[in-house]
Amino acid sequence: MAPSVTRRIVLGGTVTGLAIRPGYSYADYTAPAAAPATSPTVPAEDRLDLALQVNGRRLELALDPRTSLLDALREHAGLTGTKKGCDRGACGACTVHVDGRRVLSCLTLAARCEGKEVTTIEGLAAGSALHPVQAAFLHHDGLQCGYCTPGQIMSGAALIKEGHAGSDAEIREWMSGNICRCGAYPNIVAAIRDAAREG
Amino acid sequence: MQAFQLTRPASLADALAAANSDGARFIAGGTDLMQLLKDKVEAPSRLVDLERVGLTRISTGPKGLRLEAMARMSDVAAHPEVRAGWPAIAQALEASASPQVRNMGTIGGNLLQRTRCGYFRDTGFACNKREPGSGCPAIAGESRMLAILGGSDRCIATHASDLAVALTALDAVVELRGPGGTREVPLTEFYRLPAETPEVETIMRPGELITAVSVPADAAARNSHYLKLRDRASFEFALVSVAVALEVQDGTLRTVRLAAGGVGTRPWRLPEVEAALRGQAAGDAAFRQAAGHASDGAHPTRQNGFKQILLQRAVLRSLQNATA
Repeated sequence: MAPSVTRRIVLGGTVTGLAIRPGYSYADYTAPAAAPATSPTVPAEDRLDLALQVNGRRLELALDPRTSLLDALREHAGLTGTKKGCDRGACGACTVHVDGRRVLSCLTLAARCEGKEVTTIEGLAAGSALHPVQAAFLHHDGLQCGYCTPGQIMSGAALIKEGHAGSDAEIREWMSGNICRCGAYPNIVAAIRDAAREG
Repeated sequence: MQAFQLTRPASLADALAAANSDGARFIAGGTDLMQLLKDKVEAPSRLVDLERVGLTRISTGPKGLRLEAMARMSDVAAHPEVRAGWPAIAQALEASASPQVRNMGTIGGNLLQRTRCGYFRDTGFACNKREPGSGCPAIAGESRMLAILGGSDRCIATHASDLAVALTALDAVVELRGPGGTREVPLTEFYRLPAETPEVETIMRPGELITAVSVPADAAARNSHYLKLRDRASFEFALVSVAVALEVQDGTLRTVRLAAGGVGTRPWRLPEVEAALRGQAAGDAAFRQAAGHASDGAHPTRQNGFKQILLQRAVLRSLQNATA
């Protein structure tokens, strides 16, 4: 069966490189003069050979020690579902699970994740069956632009496991680390409330 | 971010040895240090990762509570014995940062987080704490969030930790280990006032590490509370906070310990308020009288004078809550 092309597949790519390349030309694109955010300026011998366990798969990467888990996922593993917002721990867009706990991948050094299990938004669904929080976000339209959504969903899934979905007030307090600039909060709370009830 | 070497020792002894060099810096939860590195406020040449040294135990005994330095904020806050015996600690932790940060942040790291003063965190400005002698634009500048107590003409940066305020009211003791051995220091003597050297924030010696914090158990600790007032309902630093530990016997205030946050250059114990309350009949008359002294000695700027009144009212409310 031919796989159906979704936005996530297009944006997500794979570990070995983009499986489906976007169909536009780079002819008019001028590369920025500055080094990219990950600053791969250290010589190869100073890079760390790391084995990360992400979404049940082993990834072998050679990284500058400064590389955040967020940049490792996005720039080196091709897993762009995890978003970079503030890159300072204030917005929650980069929320992932490390050993089952929600953390901020922008404030985590990738090298400190060796031996741990990292779960990103790409690894939350069980095959083609959406995680209950993903399904509830769709049902309740818990997003507008969608940029904060992967972080919101990772946070919401963890919140339910933690047992913090007892009331709307409790959900709001325990979702306070995830900012939504569009203001989709009422639907986000409704989605998490419903997903918690079903779970 | 400046390049650094990352060392991941498997024992405390190895960690202390690895840190015994110029330019080395321990990294615990990393939630503050990563921001400081990205903003080039700090530029260590070596990071010594404490993840593998253990030190995550939370234990209680006859002497009280002992929190090892690498225990996560969320684990301490959720611990049933902490919640029962030292509720102000759990409340202060749950009022701190966000759930994600609390899953990462550690007890030792929380006590050593740097100030949120915007001038300190922006290398485009002078800052005596970041660059000794460069000046303090905060005193005549954006100072609404900054300290009214304990400042100097060099620095009025507020200490940002909620946990440290609760621990200060609870008579906590910090356990340190370094090249020179092990020592214990009361938290009330752990932080230094900025005075002429705001870059020196604690009594810690080079290469030293917080290994644990211990907190005595008593009836006042069991009846401890943390009140945090801030600009937003959640995920925000304190404008003013108050931790109180209090015991009433036959209507009389036997034990009263109070500390304030958001107002001082270090977690601010309130001995005058405590003295005014001890032995008094618990009630609004004594509370109002004593709370009126909470801001004694304050030196507000043009922007943060409101904290004097807010602190007095927060102390009053805390005393009312603790005796309700």
